[in-house]
Amino acid sequence: MMANVNDKRPVNLDLTTIKFPVPALASITHRVAGVALFVAIPILLWLLDRSLASPESFAQTKELLTAPLAKLVVWAILAAVLYHLVAGIKHLIMDWGIGETLEGGRRGAILSFAIAAVLIILAGVWVW
Amino acid sequence: MVTSVTSLGRNGLSDWLVQRVSAVLLAIYTLVVLGWLIAQGEVTYEAWSGFMGCLVMQIANTFMIVAVGAHAWVGLWTVTTDYLTNRQIGAAGTVVRLIAQLVIALLTLVYVLWGLVIIWGGA
Repeated sequence: MMANVNDKRPVNLDLTTIKFPVPALASITHRVAGVALFVAIPILLWLLDRSLASPESFAQTKELLTAPLAKLVVWAILAAVLYHLVAGIKHLIMDWGIGETLEGGRRGAILSFAIAAVLIILAGVWVW
Repeated sequence: MVTSVTSLGRNGLSDWLVQRVSAVLLAIYTLVVLGWLIAQGEVTYEAWSGFMGCLVMQIANTFMIVAVGAHAWVGLWTVTTDYLTNRQIGAAGTVVRLIAQLVIALLTLVYVLWGLVIIWGGA
């Protein structure tokens, strides 16, 4: 078995030379959003901690979140959450065997981008 | 079958299932908490601490932080094993990948422990 894995077969995985079709863009965006969320977790935990510690720290946190930069950070995190959520639901639907054809994959990817874009705009309206 | 000593369940199918189950839990949790925040409009400390401090939410928060840990580990393991390889970045690939995975694992544990302290420590 291991011999197969170590075979010298021709492989092109040089990502810089590959043209990305829409489903690949949907997939890499899902990954980028996931990595971004991992980096954002300390911000969310810190906000949860400060908002629950005392009425005073809650008031301070609420005040802090009115700053333009804070709103931008919250919106960016929400955008990552919403895209990752929509693309994740697409994944689960495809696990079910729906939309697995070439055309189905393209349609699912475009639909995910569209739904996520609408939700991200709505999130922006909610934050501001 | 190729097994990897760094994957969560040492088994692709187990990791696949952990990823899906944690994803569904996190999706439901996210929609409930966002829905609560949107429905509240102006959130007060009393309402927020009452919501987060009730036993149901303390248990849901505990599930959430454990699901975050498992989901993040499987996801970032997949990303690191795809891009931080000898094929993608050269001969140092294996060392770079293992160091990155060590940092990610430690951060994930810190997140989970910190989250548990926030959820249960304040009550």
